[in-house]
Amino acid sequence: MFHRLSFIPGRLLRALPVILGVTIVVFLMVHLLPGDPAIAILGDKGTPQRIAALREQLGLNQPLWLQYATFLGRLLQGNFGTSLVNNRPVAELVFQAVPVTLTLLLFALILSLLISIPLAAIAATRPNGGRDLGVRAFTLLGQGMPQFWVGIMLILLVSVELRLFPVGGYGMTDAEHLYYLFLPALTLAISMAPTIIRSLRASTIASLGSDYVATARSKGSAGSALFRQHVLRNAAIPTISVIGVNLGYLVGGSIVIERVFAIPGLGSLMLTGIFARDFPTIQAVALVVALFVIIIGILTDVLYTLLDPRVNFSKEARA
Amino acid sequence: MSTPSALLARHQEKRRASRPRSLKPWYQNPSLVAGLIVVGALVLIAVLAPVLAPYDPVKQDLQNALQDPGAAHWLGTDKYGRDVLSRLIWGAQIDLRIGFLAVLIPFVIGSVVGALAGYFGGWFDSIVMQIVDIFFAFPFYVMVIVLVFVFGAGEASIYLAISAISWVAYAKIVRGEVLVAKKQDYVAAARLGGLSHGRVIARHIGPNVLSQALIYAMSDVVMDIMAIVTLGYLGLGIAPPTAEWGSMILDGQEFITTQWQQATIPGLVIVVASLGLSWIGDGLSDLLSPERRK
Repeated sequence: MFHRLSFIPGRLLRALPVILGVTIVVFLMVHLLPGDPAIAILGDKGTPQRIAALREQLGLNQPLWLQYATFLGRLLQGNFGTSLVNNRPVAELVFQAVPVTLTLLLFALILSLLISIPLAAIAATRPNGGRDLGVRAFTLLGQGMPQFWVGIMLILLVSVELRLFPVGGYGMTDAEHLYYLFLPALTLAISMAPTIIRSLRASTIASLGSDYVATARSKGSAGSALFRQHVLRNAAIPTISVIGVNLGYLVGGSIVIERVFAIPGLGSLMLTGIFARDFPTIQAVALVVALFVIIIGILTDVLYTLLDPRVNFSKEARA
Repeated sequence: MSTPSALLARHQEKRRASRPRSLKPWYQNPSLVAGLIVVGALVLIAVLAPVLAPYDPVKQDLQNALQDPGAAHWLGTDKYGRDVLSRLIWGAQIDLRIGFLAVLIPFVIGSVVGALAGYFGGWFDSIVMQIVDIFFAFPFYVMVIVLVFVFGAGEASIYLAISAISWVAYAKIVRGEVLVAKKQDYVAAARLGGLSHGRVIARHIGPNVLSQALIYAMSDVVMDIMAIVTLGYLGLGIAPPTAEWGSMILDGQEFITTQWQQATIPGLVIVVASLGLSWIGDGLSDLLSPERRK
């Protein structure tokens, strides 16, 4: 089966120009600022000395291509520059925030699967039945609600009224982290679930009507065993790529949700950076998040290949 | 709430499903009619805001701050004593206007670029698709937030930021449609008839491929409205004191324990707006898909 993974080096190679392009976009962000970036960043705090110093620090006195080369060279060494707010290396700030956001995303993904799989199964067993309509109403609503508003509503119902979970923050210990991250993760899961449900419902209906399920039934398989062994495994495959595409969206959503729940992840880092006009920090977060999305895309392709024997991205198969 | 790449994936999934299309006239399509009624009502409210709103949306009345809903203020007042209902009504103007207008520029630019890339192929196509991939690597909200910050506060920079990102989805949709359309006989016939490339694209391929971009545009409006209210909530959107749904939710969150309706109601209105728009989108995809004409 592993010869089918021979597409991986080629896939990585194809990601390279995209990664390079992402670094160019991130680099150019500073130059999109109207007028002199140094003046724009410093705003009303800009004395001539400070402007000159910042121009020097950002390398703005050099030609554009040289600035980019320097920027790229530093990135390759893991150097994201220095925060303009507290003079700490941005890489340090980012590396503190990445595990927080990753935990939140993973937690959200698990919760959204826990919500989606049973709901999709309920909906698919009798399409257009009462339960199916209920699930469809949920998916419709789930997509129409602003994510941050879902978070606030959960705070209102679960934290303020029921007093079950904290209204925000991150806690100190690992157990506390999970406790504090539950509501934000649920918020993200609620907005991610409709897409997964829709895809899983469609593929489950297809799978239930297939010959291999009829065969399994004729051999006496039924109930949850049939569902787990025959239906879900096959129905899950197209959903993998749907999840892959939407994880990128989850990453973007977490930026906003971290703000709602005051979680010290990449989103909070970026928004603090925005309000402090701390350009190196903003650039670093944008870059890390984009790399995230690119890596997720590659992982999705790999997982897809491993799960579905029919998918083959390798060269021999294409020829 | 979504992001161009996810929205695009959903659009393409629907496109491939190509179920039998309805041949009924548009007014017998339940989702389209329901959507038109909901969105029509909201647009009407937005247009008639000066007549409908009982109070000035930005006028402060600190004596009457944080009133519960009652006869004088149906939905209560906020921390500055401003009437919540009036702000909600005036907010419809801002959020719907920006939501609809923000779609126009990316629709036009993306469709033109996508059509040219799909029609001529070659190096131009490769470059465009490479750029599309790069743009899709950035999560929508990250890019919108950064660009709005870079371009500066205000409505114009929201349009710019959204346009800079969401044209790629239109480019990808139209390119895909053109790739299929240009192999059709009617295109070959038009070319053999001596028509120029420009005329073939504009008059023959264009009308046949734009319907998909139009269907996508409906979900794009929803996404843009979400982006505007999210920016408002983060304090990066339309500057206060202008009434806007997102910043109303932000203001209301502060008083979530005592005045829950302040953060809740603007959110419900956004839900209604996005439901109406997605119904229109569903109805359009029933009516406009090419399969219908077979």
